[in-house]
Amino acid sequence: MSALLGKLSWDALPYDPIVITTLCVVAIAACVIAFLVIKNNLLGVLWNDWLTSVDHKRLGVMYIVLAFVMLIRGFADAIMMRLQLALATNGDPGYLPPSHYDQIFTAHGVIMIIFMAMPFMIGLMNIVVPLQIGARDVAFPFLNNLSFWLAVSGAVLVNISLGLGEFAMTGWVAYPPLSGLEYSPGVGVDYYIWALQISGIGTTLTAVNFLVTVFKMRAPGMKLMDMPIFTWTCTWANILIAASFPILTAVLAMLTLDRYLDFHFFTNDGGGNSMMYINLFWAWGHPEVYILVLPAFGIFSEIVSTFTGKRLFGYKSMVWATASISILGFIVWLHHFFTMGSSANVNAFFGIMTMIIAVPTGVKLFNWLFTMYRGRLRVTVPVLWTLGFMVTFTIGGMTGVLLAVPGADYVLHNSLFLIAHFHNTIIGGAVFGYLAGFAFWFPKVMGFHLNVKLGKAAFWCWLVGFFLAFMPLYVLGFLGMTRRLNHTDNPDWNIWLYIAVVGAFVILAGIICQFLQLYVSFRDRKQNLDTTGDPWNGHTLEWATSSPPQFYNFAELPVVSDIDAFTDMKEKGTAYVRKESYAPIHMPKNTMAGIVIGGLITAFGFAMIWHIWWLAIVGLVGSIVTFVVRAYTKDVDYYVQPDEVARIENAHLDNVAKG
Amino acid sequence: MSTTHMNTHGAHDAAHDEHHDTGGNTVFGFWLYLMTDCLLFASVFATYAVLFMNTAGGVSGKEIFELELILAGTAALLISSITFGFAMICAHRKNRAGTLMWLVATFIFGGIFIALELYEFNHLIHNGNGPQASAFLSAFFSLVGLHGLHVTAGLIWMIILFVEIVMTGLTGRALTRLACLSLFWHFLDIIWICVFTVVYLMGAI
Repeated sequence: MSALLGKLSWDALPYDPIVITTLCVVAIAACVIAFLVIKNNLLGVLWNDWLTSVDHKRLGVMYIVLAFVMLIRGFADAIMMRLQLALATNGDPGYLPPSHYDQIFTAHGVIMIIFMAMPFMIGLMNIVVPLQIGARDVAFPFLNNLSFWLAVSGAVLVNISLGLGEFAMTGWVAYPPLSGLEYSPGVGVDYYIWALQISGIGTTLTAVNFLVTVFKMRAPGMKLMDMPIFTWTCTWANILIAASFPILTAVLAMLTLDRYLDFHFFTNDGGGNSMMYINLFWAWGHPEVYILVLPAFGIFSEIVSTFTGKRLFGYKSMVWATASISILGFIVWLHHFFTMGSSANVNAFFGIMTMIIAVPTGVKLFNWLFTMYRGRLRVTVPVLWTLGFMVTFTIGGMTGVLLAVPGADYVLHNSLFLIAHFHNTIIGGAVFGYLAGFAFWFPKVMGFHLNVKLGKAAFWCWLVGFFLAFMPLYVLGFLGMTRRLNHTDNPDWNIWLYIAVVGAFVILAGIICQFLQLYVSFRDRKQNLDTTGDPWNGHTLEWATSSPPQFYNFAELPVVSDIDAFTDMKEKGTAYVRKESYAPIHMPKNTMAGIVIGGLITAFGFAMIWHIWWLAIVGLVGSIVTFVVRAYTKDVDYYVQPDEVARIENAHLDNVAKG
Repeated sequence: MSTTHMNTHGAHDAAHDEHHDTGGNTVFGFWLYLMTDCLLFASVFATYAVLFMNTAGGVSGKEIFELELILAGTAALLISSITFGFAMICAHRKNRAGTLMWLVATFIFGGIFIALELYEFNHLIHNGNGPQASAFLSAFFSLVGLHGLHVTAGLIWMIILFVEIVMTGLTGRALTRLACLSLFWHFLDIIWICVFTVVYLMGAI
């Protein structure tokens, strides 16, 4: 180990041809993007309008870009695993050696949950929540920018692990003692620790930020029980984040101490107790799945009510159902380790609590059905995702109730039945929800419509592909196939593994359609502009702005007197009213502090992983100093002058009048 | 989204604070942050409760805790909370000199607490009872050390705020920050009372 480079040496470079090819493709893609940016003179725009922006809408867009990039990475992992399992039957070793395969299934889980689903959810929340409550921005715009860069920092570390060293081979839960130094001496688990730790702190800050925003910055007249349902579900998700992510921070810090300073929290010797890790991990991990899915429920609620043209059925029961799920979600974590030797009574308690969650979830499902009942459902792309979700998620929910029976769990735990179950709920619930929200709010954010044909094609490929890829896994679970197998030798399993790989390729077609849709829609954007700002005849305040929204959101803060605030305004004729004059608007200035701190923290994480102590100190001290300097900057805000506001508002109202 | 907002106008008039209740938001946000911090401590407390009997044949709390020393440290920390309270009273009365003086007093008492803690840690490690010796000692050093790290961060923050108040006086921004640090400081006191009770008093029985 050298003082200058720590554990880093030539040995860290990859030798696997698959990895080298991937890195070459990534390098070429990066060069092409950099070339296009420089050639079109977009460097300034990128820096000034995006990377240093504190505008919640732009941060939201960047979060979703991050989510899509990581979706490609995570899905590449997924399809490699399915291919391996389809090839490595009848005792064939397949094409992925165990050490590589183990890194892939670990990376797939970490990426899909922490770096795909979370940024997608937080991106949508960033874009929509301040608009829905009639606010001009979040409570702490700079902190919002910083949170984003911490998320990017974590994602960067995960991706560096592909080219330098290795990623964890422990599965995404990284249970000790396997993840301890004795059994995982390499840098893989350290990449895992620091990627999760850094992005997790960013997520905690986001939750604090948005909780202050919804509790303190709602438009005049909007009581808590007037908040749009998506905002409500995000608020509960944020409460869950604030209450559960500190546990992850703590448990990761303890694992760090075990690995770096020879502590004995979770080791086999010295009196350590590895069960404590598993307990704490799931005390975070279970609320985490509700953090992912509750906002998706909110999205479906908005879509169902908008496209039936009706008020959401049972708004209050929807809010209370969300609250119940959130609270119950905190007292079920033990169902992740029924088999680890708690007493029968303890298992029974957690089993029953788990099953009870199906009740408020059922309330939500019936509310959506009753909203549609005797409505005129417009079958658009967001609605397709919603209908697909209602069928798929119901199946996933029921297999969840089945797994909640401790006796059944003893048979099914760690089998592919479990894998099928949680993909059923996370893809069918959260991912379908985010893609629905993406289609729903895209015209609002970007100012033009998405191509409908490709959107429908993407949906059908995803839906069919999902059922082909995951229903066989339920069967394989019953046939006794456990998770994380590298190769198999059981002829009864083969046919189901073949069907599953076909499903993965159908999902791939869906993802390709999704990206083609983005390309085609962007190419044809001039013909598909949304000039009204209200393309779907929406109910809530985000549709009262232009598309894309004015950077200050609202020229005057709207006064709210109904749950469906914008519908109410349209009915009373108070929407689209031209004002004589406007007051100056107070806005935060962009700042480069967030991206600088993100960069320094990435350096810190990288240095900790490779034991480059001098760089770790530079990164940590540098980021703290940058934060303090930022705290003492006086030039952080400005006023938009009334004439500028009037010009922007009149241009929008002219567009609306033209239709 | 247009780029016209790059044509900025200055925003530093005296009426600034009247437009936004940013101070209130900041203090509320800081409360929420403290709640997340509280859960961080709760997780470490829970781990300590699980591991404190796992001495792996080594020393237990009863054998190593020197309660007189801990009592002195506790007294220093509790007094520092009172002195911070006086600093806040002076700050609200716009008494800059008084605020600064009480901040110095708080800093000294906080510094005494940290010095005693470092002495205790050093003493333990020298006698072969470092955090590597057993799960009990790992949990002990982490829980007490996490609190100590927080107090140290508070002391650094205090220096920064001290400089700010010397340079710019008790502006609205400085008062908001002082209020946050005060919350932080009292919060750490409450945590310490739990550490003192759970770790030292119950451990000495």
